[in-house]
Amino acid sequence: MTGKRIMSFVLIFVMVGLTIYYTFYGAQGWYSPATGQEMLLRTWEHLKLVGIAELLAIGVGISGGLLITRPGLKFLATPVTAIANVGLAIPPLALVAGVSPFFGIGPRPGIIALFIYSLLPVLRNATVGIEDIDRSVIESARGMGMSKFQIFRKIELPLALPVIVAGIRTSTILCVGTAAIAALINAGGLGQIIMRGQSVNFVALMLQGALLTAALAVTLDLLLSETEHALTPRGLQLNKETE
Amino acid sequence: MIELEGVSKVYPDGTEAVNDIDLNIGEGELCVLLGPSGCGKTTTMKMINRLIPISGGRIYIDGTDNQELNENELRRNIGYAIQEIGLFPHMTVAENIATVPSLKGWGKEKGRERAAELLDLIGMDPEEHMERYPAELSGGQRQRVGVARSLGADPPIMLMDEPFGAIDPITRDRLQDEFLKIQAEIQKTIVFVTHDINEAIKMGTKIALMKDGELVQYSSPAELLSQPKSQFVRDFVGADRTLKSMRLIQAKEAMKPSPISVHRDSDVDHVHERMKEEGVEYLMVTDEEDRFIGWVEIWDLETNEVDSITEALREDVGSVNLETPLSDALSVMLEEDVANIPVLEEDGKLEGILTFNDLQQVIGETYTEKGGGSAIPG
Ligand SMILES: Nc1ncnc2c1ncn2[C@@H]1O[C@H](COP(=O)(O)OP(=O)(O)OP(=O)(O)O)[C@@H](O)[C@H]1O
Ligand SMILES: [Mg+2]
Repeated sequence: MTGKRIMSFVLIFVMVGLTIYYTFYGAQGWYSPATGQEMLLRTWEHLKLVGIAELLAIGVGISGGLLITRPGLKFLATPVTAIANVGLAIPPLALVAGVSPFFGIGPRPGIIALFIYSLLPVLRNATVGIEDIDRSVIESARGMGMSKFQIFRKIELPLALPVIVAGIRTSTILCVGTAAIAALINAGGLGQIIMRGQSVNFVALMLQGALLTAALAVTLDLLLSETEHALTPRGLQLNKETE
Repeated sequence: MIELEGVSKVYPDGTEAVNDIDLNIGEGELCVLLGPSGCGKTTTMKMINRLIPISGGRIYIDGTDNQELNENELRRNIGYAIQEIGLFPHMTVAENIATVPSLKGWGKEKGRERAAELLDLIGMDPEEHMERYPAELSGGQRQRVGVARSLGADPPIMLMDEPFGAIDPITRDRLQDEFLKIQAEIQKTIVFVTHDINEAIKMGTKIALMKDGELVQYSSPAELLSQPKSQFVRDFVGADRTLKSMRLIQAKEAMKPSPISVHRDSDVDHVHERMKEEGVEYLMVTDEEDRFIGWVEIWDLETNEVDSITEALREDVGSVNLETPLSDALSVMLEEDVANIPVLEEDGKLEGILTFNDLQQVIGETYTEKGGGSAIPG
């Protein structure tokens, strides 16, 4: 845990440092790198894309994922999980490209593509988190006279929470990367800088976008893995230690 | 207390798991549902607290049809313990045990007090274990906590589905003993599922033997052993039912009380005379407080030059307690290769003597009394 944390800090420090370096000293002959102001703007755009798509994915994914674990809808759990798993095998590039014929170009279709892609891990983990709870735990809760709602709130939710947060974490990281690709359909964000660097074949420009995208992903991963840890009930952390 | 009237269960897939069972379980009774795997024990038990809906017949709890009660209320008043235990891994031992008290709105403090009380009862130090998580307990401790949790709100009725099924034989034996001790104190009405005939004989005041969803015989353990109603019962009980029935009788029921013994300070010649008079070759020796300390043998007194009983004393010999089952007493006799064995109180006080003849006689009586005379070997 701490080893990973230190690595993350070092990585973030190096990547942000390099980005700043290229921003101020990256000019070469005719070519100039993106300005500090543009970098900030693109970062903000990028975070907005990820933030909106991810919030939607969390809302829809968790409620949908939990819903299909409830009695009447249980038959949906297996097919939905299977679809989510297959969906994740689609390359983000194909998805982004596939969205634009229907929704055009710009930030909105970008968010739609990101939302679809981010939804899958959240949905899958919410379902799996509940389904993987030891059956005997639920049975004893029922046998002791807990109502369905009490079982959900006091047993299922806390036990599934770490898995759900892990889904959000995977989804967010995927989303940061996919958002860079969304620049293909002109959605904005750091991908725009990478693409511009590519079109004029200027490495510093490409690196500015790529390094900062990576730094964003690592930062969010760090934050979310801390959250995951904090939300894992103590009794379950012990389980992991002894395994 | 619990009455099953023509109870049946047909699962949605058409499996007829339970077929027209009548069962009347009295207050304070420990009724064992016994039978081979798949005979419908668990199904029968779970219909009592409505974890499985009933297909036909009625179940009355204290005279009330259980279908008329609120299902969660019903379950909160019936303790429930299962083989897989199902402790809540994210809750401490105290929180686990206080589950039903908390559902009943007892309040946090009272729930914790109850948890401490129950940990005490099951022989786990509350100080040390209250704040632990299930992952920090041994298998046997988890099983105990599971039982404590089912006792949480002091329910008058308990359902236990192979509660000691998943642990090693030695721990299981200890947990069974502990539980019997607790039950003697708390006197719950218990439905106890097992497929282990030995556990059934040990735990049950009544045994309901099932086969293919039907009730084959419902009687006391002794009666099940001595008067099996059918070939199936005989086979299920096993060829060694004589031995098994010995498990049901305690040493104190078969022993001869107030046996002849001598004090260790007695005069050697005097003791020798006495033995000749009584025509015995061995004599038990006691100390100042009437505690058994060993035997003397007549030839030790005759051939060896001994000045005191203590010198001739043979220590390190076997003994049994008042509550020791005859089967165990027999093992001790065979191991020690003796035909007599002293029966002691907990503190070592000599209470009686058990002879090989006594064993034979008692078993004979049980069988002839109950009409199963043919079972006496030899
Ligand atoms: N949910 C279910 N749907 C269909 N059939 C079931 C279901 N649960 C149990 N059965 C069947 O009902 C019969 C009785 O099952 P039950 O669990 O009551 O047996 P049991 O006596 O407790 O066995 P064991 O000793 O193995 O626990 C079995 O044939 C079993 O396959
Ligand atoms: Mg069973």
